[in-house]
Formats: sequence, C-alpha cells, structure tokens
Amino acid sequence: MKKTVLRAGALLGAVLVAAPVMAQDLTFWSWRQEDRAAYEQFIETFEAANPGITVTFETFEATNYNTILSTALAGGTGPDVMMVRAYGGLENVAVAGYLEELTTDSVPALADFAAPALAAESVRADNKLYAVPFASQTQLVIYNTALFEANGLDEPQTWDELVAAAQTLKDAGVIPFANGTATAWQNETVTFGLGSSLMGKAFYDELMAGTADFTDERFTSALASVNELAQEYFPDGFIGLDYPSAQQLFSSGMAGMFVGGSYELATFKAQNPDIELGVFPAPGRAAEDDKLVGLYFDGGYAVNAASPNKEAAITFVNYLASQEFGQAFANTLNNISTIPGVTFDNPLLAEVNELNQSSIPYLMLAHFRYGEPSGSVLIQAEMQKLFAGETTPEAIGEALTTGLAAWYEPFKD
Amino acid sequence: MPQFRMTGRGLWITVLIVPPLAFVALFIVYPIISAFAYAFFDWQGLKRLDFVGLENFHTVLFVEPYRSWTINAFKNNIIVFFALMVLQNGLGFILAYALWRELPGARFHRIAVFLPVVLSTIIVAYLFKLFYHPLFGVVNVTLKNIGLDWLAQPWLGQSSTALGSIIVAQAWHMVGFPTLVFLAGMQRIPSEILDAVRMETESEWVKITKVVWPLVAPSATIVFTLLFVGAFNWFELPYIMGGLDGSPFGSTDVLGLYFYRTAFGNVSSGQQDFGLGSALAVLIFIFIAVIAAVITTRLRAREIQL
Repeated sequence: MKKTVLRAGALLGAVLVAAPVMAQDLTFWSWRQEDRAAYEQFIETFEAANPGITVTFETFEATNYNTILSTALAGGTGPDVMMVRAYGGLENVAVAGYLEELTTDSVPALADFAAPALAAESVRADNKLYAVPFASQTQLVIYNTALFEANGLDEPQTWDELVAAAQTLKDAGVIPFANGTATAWQNETVTFGLGSSLMGKAFYDELMAGTADFTDERFTSALASVNELAQEYFPDGFIGLDYPSAQQLFSSGMAGMFVGGSYELATFKAQNPDIELGVFPAPGRAAEDDKLVGLYFDGGYAVNAASPNKEAAITFVNYLASQEFGQAFANTLNNISTIPGVTFDNPLLAEVNELNQSSIPYLMLAHFRYGEPSGSVLIQAEMQKLFAGETTPEAIGEALTTGLAAWYEPFKD
Repeated sequence: MPQFRMTGRGLWITVLIVPPLAFVALFIVYPIISAFAYAFFDWQGLKRLDFVGLENFHTVLFVEPYRSWTINAFKNNIIVFFALMVLQNGLGFILAYALWRELPGARFHRIAVFLPVVLSTIIVAYLFKLFYHPLFGVVNVTLKNIGLDWLAQPWLGQSSTALGSIIVAQAWHMVGFPTLVFLAGMQRIPSEILDAVRMETESEWVKITKVVWPLVAPSATIVFTLLFVGAFNWFELPYIMGGLDGSPFGSTDVLGLYFYRTAFGNVSSGQQDFGLGSALAVLIFIFIAVIAAVITTRLRAREIQL
C-alpha cells in the first residue's frame, strides 16, 4: 500500500515538473469574433515556429468584453494573453495590477513603434506600457466611387465643395450621407469624422496645452457646420436612424457618402462585394487648410501578470509585435497595423495609412475618457440635442467644459 | 421535545431541503449581501480599495453628474410604471372582460392575445425597431400612404417620442399576461352571484364596477405588484431599442441601464465603478422591496374572501 502511494506521488511529481516543459497551453482572449478564422491562421504559423507552445483562441461579445475580462482577472481565471482596449478602457484593467508591464527588454520590437500608438496602451500616471498596440482606426469620409463618377464629382477640397457635392447627389435623387444618429456613439463619429479639419490642429494643440477649452470658436463653429450639413444632407429622420440601418443604406448603394471609421471599409465590402469605395478626409473651410483625419488606436495584446506560463506568453506577444505578423494582419484582416514597416496590398488601406500622416487624435476617446462624465458621453448626448434642435453649439461648448471640469484638471478653474 | 433522528422521515426532509436552501443561499442571499458590502467600499476598476461608509450612496444621490442621472432615470421609471399600468394592466382588464363575456371569436383571441408573451424580448425589440424605422418602417410608411405625412416621425430618435415608443412595444409584448390573470380571476366568480346581479341590473358598467372588479381583487394584487417590480427593473427593451446610454440624450434611460453603465462601464466611457454601481443596486433593491411590500399589503386588505 505504502509503495503504491509513493509511486503515485513520484509519478505525479514527475508530471508536474515535466508538464511546463512538455507543452505550454496559452489561452488568448479577444472580442473579435468575426476575426476568428484569421487569428487561428496566425496562431498556426506561430505554433509551427514555436513547438511546445499551443494557443487557444477564445472570443467574447464585444460590448461586454471589458466586464467579462475584468471579472475573470479579478477571479484569477483570466487568460494568459488577451486583447485589451486602449486609453481609459486599458487603464481600468491595468491599474488594478492584472497586466504584466512590457518593456523593450521583454518585447524588443516595441522600440520602433510610433509614440501615439504606445501612449494609447500606457497608463498615464506612470507611463508604463501594458500592451502591444495592434491597429489604428481613422475617422474620415467614405464614398461610393461609382455614384461620384456618375454625378461628375471629385473629392472635395473645401467645406463648400463638400456641401456642393452633397447637393449634387441630392438633386440626382441619391441620399448624400447615409449616417444616422439614433445610436449614441455614432454622434461622436459624425462630429469628429466631419469636423476635425474645421477645428484644426492649432485648436487641438491649444486644448492640450490648456490654453483653450471647448467654448473656443473654432470648436463651436465646427459643430454648427456639422449640424447644418446633417440637417440638409443626412437621410430623412436621421435622428431616428440606427447604426446598422445607416451602414446598409450606404452599402446598398442608396447613399453617396458615409462618415465613419476605416473599420467600415471591410464591413461595406462584406455587405456588398460589388461596391467600389474611396476615402477622403473631411476638408477644412479653405483649400489650404490642413486636411485632418481623426486617428486613434483600437487596442493591444497584453500579458496576464499572474499567468503561470508567462515566458511562453511573452514569446507569443513578441510574435504579435513582429513585422511578419503585422503584414499578415494587414493582409488578412484589412486593418491598419501599427507595426512599423508594414505595407498594404489593399490600395484603400494604403491611402488611409497615407492620410494618417496628417491627423489629430480622435479627441474624446484619446483624452477625455478617464473620468465621469466622459467627454464621449457628453458630446454624444449634446450632439443628439443639437440635431434635435434642443441646444446650440455655444451651449455645447459650455456644457462640455463645465461637465469635464468635474475631473479634468485644466478645466477646473 | 421529539428527538430528530437522521432516519426515515427526518432524513428525507433533510435531503430534500438542503439542496434548494444551499442553492438559494449561494446564488441569491450571498450575491445580495455581497452587493451590500461592495457598496461601502471605494473601487478602482475591479480592485477594492478603502472602506468609505456611505460615500457611494451620497455620490449617486447628491453629487453631479450622478445626481441628475439618477433623477432622470428614476423619473423615466415612474413614467414607465404609470404608462404600463394603463396600457398593459388597464387594457389587459378590458381584454379579459371581453374574452370572459365570450364575444364572437373569443376562442381565437384568447390565444392571439397571449401569443406575444411567449416571444423572446429580443425578437419583440428588433421587430418594433423595424416598425419604427424612419425610412422603411411600417409605422411611417403606413402614415405616409394614408396621407398623414406630418405624423411620420423618427420615433426612436426624438426625446418626445422615444420612451413612449418603447413603452408601446412593452405593452404589446406583455398585455397577454394581465389578461390571462384577470380572466382566470373572472372565471372563478361563482355563477350564483352573476345570476343574482342579472336580476338587479342590465348595466354592464354596474356589473363591472360593483361585482367583477371587487371580486378579481386578488388578480389585481398580483399584476399590480409584478408590474411595479417589472417597471423598476426594466432593462431589455430599452437596452436593445435605445442603447446602453438611453439614447437620445437620456430620454430612454432607466435605473437598470444606469446601474449597468455605472458598475460595468460602456464603450463610450470606459469607466467601471463597482462601488457606485452597488450603491445604486442597493437603493433600487430597497426601494422596490419597500414599495412592493406596501402595495401588496394595501391591495391584500381590499380582497374579499368568498
């Protein structure tokens, strides 16, 4: 009897010691259900190059992802490697101490990443980096090239030309813009997708320096112009039109333009493979004004600080930061990879990547989602009021500034 | 004192009672108590920091912007409760009476009225979202076809109509439930009483107010109390039709959505605060428990034992 126990114990001990050497199973969590096939392909490539490490890809519903992830991490059942959000969404998870800090020692490729991309995945307080940023998104105007050609339109160089183009489409019986604002977050997209060039880089710099706030005339006049354009050239009853309906209006070819993120390009192609798309940054008032797109970073790949397979997890994250992966990511998922040196087969993506060189950050997400009320929640509700005729651009500037003063230091006095 | 032995009957009782008791303790009592406990701490994301006493309760009730969010959501819940009291329970009573009186087609309608209750809330929400679509929705298209263009609205997009539109969807979905409960109550009224009434009066009105209504009081107690609890826990329909933010600008925001946003965050705010969320949950729980208890005892008192 005693012998059996001893043997069993020895065997168990041997297994426990050998297990990590024999195979390391990593779990990898994501909110991109639609990208499952692509990720499984990437993982296969990784596993082939790294025998002994296996990765299981698991996806969760996007809107509740942060909740699910934080709950799992708090309960000690989190994944080894995971997608995390950027900016305020990252801080939520990172400040609780669940994520492993990443440095150029552990992930050397990070040294070449662009600073704004790294900032999106860092915690502001200590500037520590917690994730490898994976994609950038750009807010701009997407248009149906066939409809533009049929109506003899070119990409507008000034705000007046944009209005004129919309009028031409309207006269031809085409809905100029497909956008609707019943879905709250679409209001933010429309505002900064159309308004970034009107607000201008100088406004952004002064806002960040603390010398301007949202009551600034450059900001409020941009909101006024966006509102005028929407009232005239968005679909009838656009304030009651939700996001999926707006997407379908555009992809079905009923509308000429769609103000939205570069992430829409793949969706439109999937909804209607025949549609031909073009992109342009919404112009400023004069042709010589900088044409700015709103740029932000989507999220990153992070390592669980409590992972029992941390070494393997770091190896995997190094792969996710490699140019080889970035290239595959850009080619398969049609997203703008943040990894330097990646080239784009898809001419539209190449163009978006080009436009990103002249950009300001997607304002509320990048800087004003760190406290309650967040700038995004405020601008979404206020723009809905403006579109419904229940407020003015000046009142919005006032509401944003006083609302954010609850936690944003530069506005406090 | 009889000795309790773990044999025979005693064993049976123990075996049958322990699993459900354990279940209730683990999945109902424990979460409620822990929510109470969470509400007294400061949180950073999901990390528990210091004990802060009643600070979280103070914040959600008296500190901006939470104060106006709380008031707005609570106000909307009250509107929902009274509107549904009329649309769902009132209509339910009338439908039940019509079915009970066996008007022509009663057999068909008895099933038709209850059918929507069986549908999943998600289906009902998407169905009505399509109905209210500003461009292609049945409501607007019909209005335009019969020449009432000026009545066509972006129903879910303006603050004046959004909440009402969702309430109508809810009433359509659930009206079968009070109907069924009232109908059951009416069918329990003894025929001698009804015969006696017939000797006295021909008036349907007198019959409803003096006889039927008092005698279905137990049914009323049930549907009123359930409606109250349901209206203040309302979540699914506004979540799907208005979104987590109570779009447009908070006009469809209710306590359920507001609690969810505060505790778990949403994509647009990125903030999660378990302390404030739990404080809200505790307040909602206490409010519902107290008022529901009052409603139940009050309504019980007027029930008549036959």
